[in-house]
Amino acid sequence: MQTKVGAPKPRLSLGDPRVRGWLFQIITVALVVFMGWYLFNNTQTNLQHRGITSGFDFLQRSAGFGIAQHLIDYTESDSYSRVFLIGLLNTLLVSVIGIVLATILGFIVGIARLSSNWMISKLATVYVEVFRNIPPLLQILFWYFAVFLTMPGPRNSHNFADIFYMSSRGLNMPAAVGTEAFWPFMASVLLAIVAVVLMVRRANQRFEETGVPFHKFWVGLALMLVIPGLCVLLFGTPVHWEMPQLKGFNFVGGWVLIPELLALTIALTVYTAAFIAEIVRSGIKSVSHGQTEAARSLGLRPGPTLRKVIIPQALRVIIPPLTSQYLNLVKNSSLAAGIGYPEMVSLFAGTVLNQTGQAIEVIAITMSVYLAISISISLLMNWYNTRIALIER
Amino acid sequence: MTTHVFKPDMPPPGNRIGIVAWARANLFSSWLNTLLTLFAFYLIWLIVPPLLSWTILDANWVGSTRADCTKDGACWVFIQQRFGQFMYGYYPTELRWRVDLSVWLAVIGAAPLFISRFKHKAIYGLGFLVVYPILAYSLLHGGHWGLTNVATSQWGGLMLTLVIATVGIAGALPLGILLALGRRSDMPAIRVVCVTFIEFWRGVPLITVLFMSSVMLPLFLPEGMNFDKLLRALIGVILFQSAYVAEVVRGGLQAIPKGQYEAAAAMGLGYWRSMGLVILPQALKLVIPGIVNTFIALFKDTSLVIIIGLFDLLNSVKQAAADPTWLGMATEGYVFAALVFWIFCFGMSRYSMHLEHKLDTGHKR
Amino acid sequence: MSEAIKKTASAEGIIQMQGVNKWYGQFHVLKDINLNVQPGERIVLCGPSGSGKSTTIRCLNRLEEHQQGRIVVDGVELTNDIKQIESVRREVGMVFQHFNLFPHLTILQNCTLAPMWVRKMPKRKAEEIAMHYLERVRIPEQAHKYPGQLSGGQQQRVAIARALCMKPKIMLFDEPTSALDPEMVKEVLDTMIGLAEDGMTMLCVTHEMGFARTVANRVIFMDKGEIVEEAAPNDFFDNPQNDRTKLFLNQILH
Repeated sequence: MQTKVGAPKPRLSLGDPRVRGWLFQIITVALVVFMGWYLFNNTQTNLQHRGITSGFDFLQRSAGFGIAQHLIDYTESDSYSRVFLIGLLNTLLVSVIGIVLATILGFIVGIARLSSNWMISKLATVYVEVFRNIPPLLQILFWYFAVFLTMPGPRNSHNFADIFYMSSRGLNMPAAVGTEAFWPFMASVLLAIVAVVLMVRRANQRFEETGVPFHKFWVGLALMLVIPGLCVLLFGTPVHWEMPQLKGFNFVGGWVLIPELLALTIALTVYTAAFIAEIVRSGIKSVSHGQTEAARSLGLRPGPTLRKVIIPQALRVIIPPLTSQYLNLVKNSSLAAGIGYPEMVSLFAGTVLNQTGQAIEVIAITMSVYLAISISISLLMNWYNTRIALIER
Repeated sequence: MTTHVFKPDMPPPGNRIGIVAWARANLFSSWLNTLLTLFAFYLIWLIVPPLLSWTILDANWVGSTRADCTKDGACWVFIQQRFGQFMYGYYPTELRWRVDLSVWLAVIGAAPLFISRFKHKAIYGLGFLVVYPILAYSLLHGGHWGLTNVATSQWGGLMLTLVIATVGIAGALPLGILLALGRRSDMPAIRVVCVTFIEFWRGVPLITVLFMSSVMLPLFLPEGMNFDKLLRALIGVILFQSAYVAEVVRGGLQAIPKGQYEAAAAMGLGYWRSMGLVILPQALKLVIPGIVNTFIALFKDTSLVIIIGLFDLLNSVKQAAADPTWLGMATEGYVFAALVFWIFCFGMSRYSMHLEHKLDTGHKR
Repeated sequence: MSEAIKKTASAEGIIQMQGVNKWYGQFHVLKDINLNVQPGERIVLCGPSGSGKSTTIRCLNRLEEHQQGRIVVDGVELTNDIKQIESVRREVGMVFQHFNLFPHLTILQNCTLAPMWVRKMPKRKAEEIAMHYLERVRIPEQAHKYPGQLSGGQQQRVAIARALCMKPKIMLFDEPTSALDPEMVKEVLDTMIGLAEDGMTMLCVTHEMGFARTVANRVIFMDKGEIVEEAAPNDFFDNPQNDRTKLFLNQILH
């Protein structure tokens, strides 16, 4: 009997789970490689038969079409790579505006849902339940086709104090044109910011040393007003406003926000804000009532209780899902393809793909951009999570 | 020894009950609250009366052409006239009973799953998931059993929306479960493959996936082999959705205590048996609400097939609103589509919350 | 700021509750509570769960609001006036059943938060005081850890130190040991006994009858929202006057 006990024999057999594990992994990798090879092979044959040459040379060719909105200079003779850049910049523009507005609206609605005021909290609930349950693309189409395109033409546009004009061509507004006092003014603003930072530092230091609080907000506000104000008095006004003028059938001068941009930003803001509101609400609710009670029983007033106890804890819960909503907003900006706003997908994966037929290259570039954005944000998120994780044992 | 005589319970002082007291506590407790309440009433006054008069009071309900819409409000005649198209797309009118029948079969077939006293839910559910798609496909597509063939290019409207959403989730579930298991596997190669797959699909917008499946898939396949448009879209949707399902299932797997894995191993169950018999049944039950939530997201995302030219509910509405005989009906159309989507999504989100609540109480010690 | 606080001069005691009634909705939780506490007195409140003992002491720093009657703490009457409430809270420390330490702050920061923001104390001074009290509860070496890294008993001692840093005149304890593992109860009770020896006015809701017997001047028994019996600990335990008290003591001591 004793011979059976002892170290297992080092013989390889299929019954050994480790051997089976290795075998399984080798088969999987082989399958993945084979699939890749098979698809690659098919693609090669198909491309040859259709006479498409692969490669990224097409990026240097001239595009030859106009773009409704470009943040950098563009003419029809510019290359496809510049078209890509314009698309990317427009994606970023919509994303940044959308993220800022959705965050503001979302926080307001989320806090409103927690309000002790019954009407306010019910209104906020209705907002959240209505807008998060309607597809974002539908909301974009609604704003575009049912709201902005049905606006009157430029000659009958809604006029807001002769400054803003809202028409089916978009929102026309005055453009800020820098004068020679522009750069001195910017320098004074910078100076004011530096002064405020120094003041806050000094005030915090003094508070720690002596416990005497300082009216940081009011003094800061005064600094921000007085320094640039002096600059304006010395050098004159930094910008002059170029008013939009109705000439013939359209406006000239000023800036215009095209209806596609308006529809897209409003829809994405409204949709994402509904989700952010829920995140904010559950984040604040996750801080137990005991924390508030403890702070209150120590004599802390509502302001410091919120700033020093509730918000730091709620933010830990709020920020990770909030970033994933931001990511969703960036991805949802691709829905612009539904109304032809020239962002990356509709411009590059749409128009450029149709013109050049370079499907694989174009889709690969587009997807890589989104992947790069997603991966960098999730890396940032992981770093943040490890940094702020509550230390437990 | 004295016996304590308890004082009787008294009602609270008068100003604490009744509607006036309620309003004072919830609406007018401070000047700020009063201001907020007035602001809320102002908002309601701003939104509700015009909305009400447009949708109902001043709306046009009867007629058959655009000319019948004489009142200022919504022209619901448009919706009535195009209702068939919104529901079935270009599915032949005389064959639409087949769509209705498939929906009824789904409702009746799935009903036992919602009866709490029904004992054999798991087996019945699996059977239903196998039998129903075959049945529904035969009914909808036809081409045999004496049923006329209806090409998928004629499918459309809400029916197509439902087909994409249900096939998408049904296909994504098994794939997602495998991916989730793979991501938690001990084998590094498997883990790398699964993580890459999941993170890839989660990192890109669905729209690029649909572009990819419509323009790149034909290039990937051997010469002469081709799928129809719907099938290509479905493949894209399933791959995309499986990554999200995988993440939800992974959450469920993580929630199962380690003891369960050890107990299964101690009983001498191999990997697949311990997963199939012990872990997955528990984990999947936990993640049903999460799956319903991803289904809601998918249901909303189906509207993106508009980009590759499929005529789902939203595209049908968009198309109908562009019809020259019904110009200016975009608002009515989109409001109707929004309402349909909203009813489905809101209903499902309530159901998921109800499930979460039920699971929550079921797991309390 | 003290001008704004209406001091009610009294020789009655540091805490007075007169005819206090409280309702949760329709539910009558406190019925006609009358209680006077002299400076330096140590009072233990006991009674079955739901008898209103926690609610009573939570009324004393207005974590709960009463609807009828008068509560005067350290000469200040508790009304809706937030200024009055805050001045009371500055003088009344509270220790909770679940510690309620701020998990995102270190032990030291937990202790200095209120002195800095309420007493407007310089940081260095606040830290000195905090270290003094942390030494007193015998955990100065944990000052730079986070609450999550401490045991339950240690956390509760920090909570006591945190309250003491405000130099309160009165300490309220709301079941301070009932969330603790049995082996940690003693360290917390020892801290509380130390406080009592220094003459702190204390009100303590607890089921630790040994503590009540050695430390309390007075034991108050509550049931169904009423004070049923109050007596010196020896009388209370050895010779309860009331059948409800006797029943309760029988249940708890066996």
